[in-house]
Amino acid sequence: MMLFKLSFNNMKKSIKDYSIYFLTLVLGVAIFYMFNSLDSQQAMLQVSNSQKEIIKLMIVMLGYISVFVAVVLGLLIVYANNFLINRRKKEFGIYMTLGMGKRQISKIILLETVFVGIISLAIGLVVGIFASQLMSILVAKMFEADMSEFQFVFSSDSCIKTCIYFAVMYVAVMFFNTISISRYKLINLLNASKKNEKVKIKNPFICVIIFIFAVTLLGYAYWKVTADVNSMTTADKILPPILMGIVSTILIFWSLSGFILQVVQKMRKTYLKGTNMFILRQINNKINTMVVSMSVICLMLFMTISILSSSLSLRNTMQRELIEMTPVDLNLYKTANLPESYIKYGKEIKTTKEQREDSKITVQETLKNNGLDMNVLKDIVEISIYADNNLTWEIFLKDRIQEIKAQFPALSYNTAEQIVKISDYNKIASIYGIEQYEIKDDEYIILCDFGSMKSVRNKVLEDSNNTLEIAGKQYKSKYNECKSGFILMSTSHTNTGIILVPDNCPLKENMKEMTFLVANYNANSDEEKEKIEELFSSSDSGFVQNLSNNGLDIDGLTKISIMEASVGLATIVTFIAIYLGIIFLIASSAILALKQLTDASDNKQRYTILRKIGCDEKMISKSLFSQIGIFFGLPLVLAIVHSIFGIQFAISLMSGLASKDDLLPSAIATVIIIGIIYGTYFLATYFGSKNIIKEE
Amino acid sequence: MEKILEVKNIEKYYGTKANLSKAIDNISFNVDKGEFVGIMGASGSGKTTLLNCISTIDKVTSGHIIINGEDITKLKGNKLNKFRREELGFIFQDFNLLDTLTAYENIALALTIQKVKPKEIDKKVKEIAEKLGIKEILKKYPYQVSGGQKQRIASARAIITNPKLVLADEPTGALDSKSARKLLENFEFLNQKMSATILMVTHDAFTASYANRILFIKDGKIFNEIIKGNDTRKQFFEKIIEVQTLLGGDLNDVI
Repeated sequence: MMLFKLSFNNMKKSIKDYSIYFLTLVLGVAIFYMFNSLDSQQAMLQVSNSQKEIIKLMIVMLGYISVFVAVVLGLLIVYANNFLINRRKKEFGIYMTLGMGKRQISKIILLETVFVGIISLAIGLVVGIFASQLMSILVAKMFEADMSEFQFVFSSDSCIKTCIYFAVMYVAVMFFNTISISRYKLINLLNASKKNEKVKIKNPFICVIIFIFAVTLLGYAYWKVTADVNSMTTADKILPPILMGIVSTILIFWSLSGFILQVVQKMRKTYLKGTNMFILRQINNKINTMVVSMSVICLMLFMTISILSSSLSLRNTMQRELIEMTPVDLNLYKTANLPESYIKYGKEIKTTKEQREDSKITVQETLKNNGLDMNVLKDIVEISIYADNNLTWEIFLKDRIQEIKAQFPALSYNTAEQIVKISDYNKIASIYGIEQYEIKDDEYIILCDFGSMKSVRNKVLEDSNNTLEIAGKQYKSKYNECKSGFILMSTSHTNTGIILVPDNCPLKENMKEMTFLVANYNANSDEEKEKIEELFSSSDSGFVQNLSNNGLDIDGLTKISIMEASVGLATIVTFIAIYLGIIFLIASSAILALKQLTDASDNKQRYTILRKIGCDEKMISKSLFSQIGIFFGLPLVLAIVHSIFGIQFAISLMSGLASKDDLLPSAIATVIIIGIIYGTYFLATYFGSKNIIKEE
Repeated sequence: MEKILEVKNIEKYYGTKANLSKAIDNISFNVDKGEFVGIMGASGSGKTTLLNCISTIDKVTSGHIIINGEDITKLKGNKLNKFRREELGFIFQDFNLLDTLTAYENIALALTIQKVKPKEIDKKVKEIAEKLGIKEILKKYPYQVSGGQKQRIASARAIITNPKLVLADEPTGALDSKSARKLLENFEFLNQKMSATILMVTHDAFTASYANRILFIKDGKIFNEIIKGNDTRKQFFEKIIEVQTLLGGDLNDVI
């Protein structure tokens, strides 16, 4: 009972020290709950079937990521707790001189951990439950779900999961505490505060050299991932610049303060002004002792910024491209000229006579024959897509084949190229509202807009010998590059290649690979569209689904389903990014804040000296503000510089999925998120430190 | 002589009404320009409280302290800080040097916070370092030098701003006897050659013997006052011991 009282009073007494630790725990718990309760949110219950699949996927992914997040938070809690224990060495020393055993001290700390744990868990859950209501509004907006009836949602699964995960973390903390207590020696505990901090002095000359070296290395890494990005063709080539980035970050922090000190010392006017000398020395002293943590924080911030802004811009780009890539309501297609049997996924599939018959007629005829009211569709265009077995990718690539195979070994080079007659394509292009083309009788055009495929094809087209034999006749390319255009709707630019040939090209009937139909729904309102959509969507009662149950395979894509799937995908990416980003941000802010608070109390004596020699409170506050500002600012600034290059790299890696145009708004959003969290920690640290160094 | 410090009927109480303890009980004295005054007394006699009140670190309960014509008991906030910065110099028992700064920077800091021009700072620091024999260690950090050297750095810091009054609190308390003697010789030098007015609190008779005049404090009151006059330091030292014996003989509470 005495231990209970003691630990409870200790907590009350050191509430200021605990406040940042506590804030971090509460935020951690709340965010953990929020993201794990996504599945039971109201918005999720009201979305369509195809979106439900996506949400399931998202929940599974968030589950895995939560394990990772738990590890990060666990390490953070152990670290933070270690700080607090160190701050109280003297207190434990006094307990020991009073005859308390190490086991009893461990018990006190254990009780405290339990107290803080339970309270923070409770508050965190309450915060999380309320914040998740806010988040469900956001989710509803992303999935465009109906939220007219607001309902308060509590996820008991998520609550239990949160409790279990955090309980495990707290047990880990207790374990580490017991170990560190058992290592203490009484004399060291009592003298903990007297321990003289040795000022580590680095050779200023070496500092300057290392700094210049680090900046050069970093510059090279930047150049590698931006200007020289085309050489980044395989995964193993990405690693060196990343390693260079990490090494140079560490080296910069190792040498930075020494370098700045050298420079500023030369600038006598700045150096010998007010408390600048003191501020610089403080920073120099502190950075030396926290090179590793500063580097880790900088890299974490870098990841946060990159993840947040590239995912937000990915989402924006996807949405923009989506509108561009889904110009009509419906695409339907089926294989033409089905043989008696064919091989699919290594299995031989036999076709029925009915199927073979059906494959000879158009999609429209199939629909009519099976009793579809053709009035539901308008703007119908149907074309044939051909394939020539003598014209595969391998043949198209010609002399370039070895070079390209080395670069993209995974492509299947015996795929036949798709061939479309120019007038057919122009019909579709006119409905899609995209560019139409003209060619002479001996020319062909290649349409391709998928990033890496486009660059491969462009290489071939640039060669003077770019003639192709199509259906036994020679054609040469009209342009020496791929043109943009597509037939099949998609979420983004994914057309890997369509060859447009003149109408008089001797394509034979047996070269027909598929018939392809595009159409709009004949509807005036969204409700009517939804009704027609039912016929073509993959729902069980749909018309197309019924056809395929009868063995007549018509594949299709509808604008609505593409939209839903894509929004879902973008949402998954965004959610995971925000989740990870915020956790990283909290972790790095908390580490910085705790370190600064500890320093403030360790350096209390220094501020007392400043006061004694006549510094007023304003000077002292200013000096404290500059110090904490520089400590929070340095990793952030370097992280921002890293991200400017890192994001460009990420965008070029995602080739075409995200564009630079969408970066600015995402970057602004990221800055706001970081500003709020990082800024809160910064202010909390500043006021906390000010409080600590205040004279009694 | 010009009065630098005038202490008039000051009192300092601690505690509540029910349990009041008088740390300073109606003390008055003056310090003239160029004097080297020692204040002696046992632990708990009130000498440190007195020094804290004079140095504006603590506030008196009643009475007035006038330094160079200004009543510091009426100063507040930033004016007080400004006063302390510009008119007073401090030397502490535990040196109070900033361990992250070099000796040079520690001394210069006293000037930079007064917004002195950088050019002058460099000149002044070198000048004072020369005089106190610490020129060779200016680039060193406090942990790299001896206790005596640290205290000389602290003295340089206290004197560099040309304060009206230098307050020293047990300056030899943490020094071995050789370093103490060297430091006190420096004090003599500051006092005689640089005409610094010094008020030094100590309980050590040897240290006190370097002063011109000594005030003995006991239970918050001035108990005795002796003046060196034309005595040698040794004679003065013997006088101090005599007073100490007197102080302790009856009441048995000297060190």
